[in-house]
Amino acid sequence: MDWMMYLKVFLVGGALCAIGQALIDYTKLTPARILVSYVVTGVILGGLGIYQPLVDFAGAGATVPLTGFGWLLSKGVKEAIAEKGLLGILSGGLTATSAGIAAAVIFGLIFALIFKPKDKS
Amino acid sequence: MSMTPQEYEAINQRYSPASKGWKTIPMAWLFGGIICCIGQALSDCYQALGLEKDIASASVSVTLVFLAALLTGLGVYDNIAKYGGAGCLVPITGFSNAVASPALDFKSEGLVLGLGAKMFVIAGPVIVYGTAASVIYGLIIYIFHWY
Repeated sequence: MDWMMYLKVFLVGGALCAIGQALIDYTKLTPARILVSYVVTGVILGGLGIYQPLVDFAGAGATVPLTGFGWLLSKGVKEAIAEKGLLGILSGGLTATSAGIAAAVIFGLIFALIFKPKDKS
Repeated sequence: MSMTPQEYEAINQRYSPASKGWKTIPMAWLFGGIICCIGQALSDCYQALGLEKDIASASVSVTLVFLAALLTGLGVYDNIAKYGGAGCLVPITGFSNAVASPALDFKSEGLVLGLGAKMFVIAGPVIVYGTAASVIYGLIIYIFHWY
């Protein structure tokens, strides 16, 4: 096993989360706004070609945080335009991220139906 | 879709531990780093099983989303998130939790306008603005032939 890779994953993935925590602690940004900002930031960094090197460097440390979701949106759009032209602008992003979104919806639905809500302390 | 201030506060509080800075930021780093390392381990496993890199990566997302939705259903994820803060919010597991948690909590208001609608309280905006940003990016690179 490549321990160096796991160190990079931990450092980069952890850093992205630490930035999110700093935003929660020291700004008025709510968690929902942070998630939206992370995805949009991922699209922008992906579009500028900055995020791909980070993915190559840190693997899941860059793809698992929601900025990676944004990066995947931009990557999907770019590939789809190269393949399908104009239609790719609309189809590329959601096609690339469809497995993750569908998984969240379907597992969310299944487990919401199975389990009972718990009282939050 | 409207939320009462109490509902909004509840979602807000889930990811906002009481103490500040010096404790919460390293904890977020630790929990987020561990979740990403689990993702990397899954990715290595899937690739060892012969999956292509992109397919392995998407399968990792699906696996993490599944685990987070299950832990949310069991009431475990919210307890972990009390310690991990943004470390449990920023990874894709946090996205999954943001879908499953309101779905579960609002099931009592009905399967359509309760569970079905409220599951997108946080995921909805993420998809809306993520898609919008990607379409703007697509228009730009289409016009300038940067693809």
